[in-house]
Amino acid sequence: MHISHLDQHLNLESPIHRLDGRIKLIAVLAFVLACSLTPPGRWGAFAALGAVWVGATALARVPHRLLLRRGLVALPFALAALTLLFTRPGEVWIAMTLGGWQVHVTDQGFIAFLSVMLKSWLSALMALWLTATTSYPALVQALRGIGVPRLVVAIIAFMYRYLFVLADEAQRLLQAREARSARRDGYPAGGSILWRARVAGGMVGSLFLRSYERSERIYQAMVSRGYAGELRTLEASCLRLKDVAVFLGFVCLLGVIEGLAHL
Amino acid sequence: MAAILWSSVLAPMWKPTAMHIPDGFLSLPVVLACWLLSAIVIGYAVRQTNAQLQERQVPLMGVLAAFIFAGQMINFQVAGGTSGHLLGGALATILLGPWAAMLIMTAVLSVQALFFQDGGLIALGANLLFMAVLTPLISYGVYQALRKLHQWVAAGLAAWASVVIAAVGVAVALALSGTVAMGVVLPAMAGVHALIGIGEALITVGALAFIAATRADLMTSQPTAAGSGRWPLIGLAIALAVALLSPLASTSPDGLERVAEDLGFIHRAMEPLYQVIPDYMFPGVSHPVLATILAGIVGTLLMFGLTLFLAHRLRRRTVN
Repeated sequence: MHISHLDQHLNLESPIHRLDGRIKLIAVLAFVLACSLTPPGRWGAFAALGAVWVGATALARVPHRLLLRRGLVALPFALAALTLLFTRPGEVWIAMTLGGWQVHVTDQGFIAFLSVMLKSWLSALMALWLTATTSYPALVQALRGIGVPRLVVAIIAFMYRYLFVLADEAQRLLQAREARSARRDGYPAGGSILWRARVAGGMVGSLFLRSYERSERIYQAMVSRGYAGELRTLEASCLRLKDVAVFLGFVCLLGVIEGLAHL
Repeated sequence: MAAILWSSVLAPMWKPTAMHIPDGFLSLPVVLACWLLSAIVIGYAVRQTNAQLQERQVPLMGVLAAFIFAGQMINFQVAGGTSGHLLGGALATILLGPWAAMLIMTAVLSVQALFFQDGGLIALGANLLFMAVLTPLISYGVYQALRKLHQWVAAGLAAWASVVIAAVGVAVALALSGTVAMGVVLPAMAGVHALIGIGEALITVGALAFIAATRADLMTSQPTAAGSGRWPLIGLAIALAVALLSPLASTSPDGLERVAEDLGFIHRAMEPLYQVIPDYMFPGVSHPVLATILAGIVGTLLMFGLTLFLAHRLRRRTVN
C-alpha cells in the first residue's frame, strides 16, 4: 500500500487545484450543510446541487465516473434508512407481508428515503472532490486554519504519514498467519472461535508494540534534528483576494439554491 | 434465499464501519448538539494530554492513531464468511488513559472522514461524540470500576460495553433526527453490536494479554486520570444519561407502530412480546415517557449490578 494510491489526481493542473485549502474545505462544509438543509422531496434543489458538483468536478478536470463510483461508500448505511419506507404515514403504494408482519410502502416514506439517500450521496461526492483536488499537507493546514487545536492537527498529520507504514506492517502479520494456516477444503483453519480470536489479539498486541517502539525511535530522531514540541512548516499561507471571491460566489450560489428550495 | 440476503445485505453491514454515520442522515439540531458536546470534551482532553505527556505526545499519539487504523485490518473468521475485527477505542483507553485515547480516536475518525469518506464531514461531530468521546469514557469507567476484581474480565466488559453503548448512541441520534424508527433500529443496532462487542472484547483481551506478557511496564505505567475513584460513578452516570435520552426520541409513537395501530393488526403481530416486557414500559406507571425512562434506568442498574456480581465471583474463584 502506498501513499500515492490516494493522490492520483492531485498532480493535475486546474484552477481548483490552485485554490487555497481552507477555502475548499469550508466550501465543501457549506455544500454538505446545504444538502442537509434541503427539505425532502425538493428534487429541483437536489438537481441543482448535483449540477454544482458536476461543474466543480469539470473545473478540476477530475473524471466524473471515478468519483461517482467511489461515492457509493455510504450505501451500506442505507439499510438503516430503509425503515423510512414503511414508517411515514401517507398514501399506501405497496402492501406486502414479511414474516407475519404486514408492511406498507407509502409515498411520503418513499420521498423521505430517496431524499436521505440523495443528500448522503451528494455529500460524499463533494467530499471526494475535496480529497481529489487538495493535497494532504494543504488539508491538514486547512484544519488548523479553521480552528482545530494544534495538538489534534499534529496528531492527524503524523497519523497520515505513518498510516501506510503500519498498514504494511499489518499486511505482513496477516501474510505470516496465512502462511502458517494450512487448511483442508471445507474446514476452517485453526481451532475454535476463541482460539482464533486470541491469535488475532496477539497479532494486534504485537502490532501495538511495534508501533509503540517505532514512535520512540521517531521521537529520538526528531529530537536529534531539533524538535522542541512543535512541528514547523515553511509554508506561510495567506488568502488571495481571488480565493475569497470564488468562495463568496460559491456560497451565494448555494444560498440561492436553498432559498428557492424553501419557497 | 437467506444465504443470498446474508452475503449481499447483512454481511457488509456486519463491518463496524457501518457505525460511521454518513452525511444526510442527521438533522441539523442533532448534529450541532453533537459537535458542541464533543468539542467541549475533546478540548478538555487536549488540555489534559498537554499537561501529562509533554512534547513527546505528538509522535506517540500520531503513530498509535495509525496503529488503530492498521489494527482494524487484522481480522479473524467468526462463522459463515463473516469476520470480526478490532475497533480499538477500549484498547487505546486501557493502555493510554481516556484523554489520550480520545485524541487518538479523534484523529482516526477525522482521517476516515476526510480522506476515506468513511463517515460524513458534518456528521463527524456525531461520530466523534459516540466513538471518540463516549467509547473512551465508557471503557475507562467500566475498566476502572472492575479492574481490582479481575483485570481481564474488566477489560473485556469495558470493550463490550463501549461498542454497545456507542451503537445505541448512533441509533438514538438517528431516531432523534427522524431518519429511522426507534422501535426498529435501536434493538437492531444494540443486538448486532452486542455480538460485534464480543469480538471486540476477545481481541482486546488477547492484545492486552500479549502486551502484558512482553512489555509489562506498558501496562503498569499508563497515565491515570485524576480522581480515578470517581470513574465507576461517571461511567454509570453516562449509561443512565443514555437510558434517559433514548425514550425522549420516541415520545411520539413510532411510525411503524402507528401505521400498525391504524391498520389494526398490531395485536396479532406483537402479542407475545408484550407478555414479557409490556411495551418496553415499567408496569404500574401510567405516564408513557416516565415509564419508559424508568424501565431504562432499571435495566441499566440491573446490568451494572450483574457485571459487578460477575466480576466478584470470578475474582473469588481466582483467589481460591
